[in-house]
Amino acid sequence: MPYSEEHIKNKVTEGLKASHVEVVDQSDGCGAKFLVVVVSDQFQGKPSLQRHRLVHGVLEEEMKTIHAISLTTLTSEQWEKRKP
Amino acid sequence: MFRFGARYSFQIARNFSTKLNEIGNLVKQNKVVVFMKGVPEEPRCGFSNAVVQILRMHGVTYDAHDVLQDEGLRQGIKDFSNWPTIPQVFINGDFVGGCDILLEMHKNGELVEELKKAGITSALLETEGSLQDSPNKSKE
Repeated sequence: MPYSEEHIKNKVTEGLKASHVEVVDQSDGCGAKFLVVVVSDQFQGKPSLQRHRLVHGVLEEEMKTIHAISLTTLTSEQWEKRKP
Repeated sequence: MFRFGARYSFQIARNFSTKLNEIGNLVKQNKVVVFMKGVPEEPRCGFSNAVVQILRMHGVTYDAHDVLQDEGLRQGIKDFSNWPTIPQVFINGDFVGGCDILLEMHKNGELVEELKKAGITSALLETEGSLQDSPNKSKE
């Protein structure tokens, strides 16, 4: 089943109490390749591996059909620094 | 009928644990081990290619396993590391992450540190070092 950017965004926002989520469907519409940026304070003090695992957990059902996902996981602090 | 079914599922369970044991051995056979789509000479996916290019920059020699050649390995490695995607990178037998994490570690210098812990000197360090002291010094 293909997923929409909106679906992924809502699920991640809710699941990780994220303050900011960006989702880009890079699959040309097949709905199985995504670029995702997540800003959540649940990432505070956790290394990337654990942060990515949190996102995988929230998208467990979706990951069965998504064949590629590119994740950027930031805390609010890191996100502020990144902003131009 | 029932006996046949029971034996069959036993067979599956046994194959499953054999595969995980096999992977457990694979990841320890070299200090750096990569599970990827395609081979380093010819990656079959952009994410796998990114990992190959990063390791090349650091001059790392590693074992690579092509999951496209073995469906059992493709599923097995996901179960083994509890990670849903390919590529997967292991250093010193420990799961390090996929493409995004390796790229991040490459950028922030963590990869050089991890390699150092495994007793590998990154080629990026050597270039810097030789530029600083003696550029003509031959390497062992």
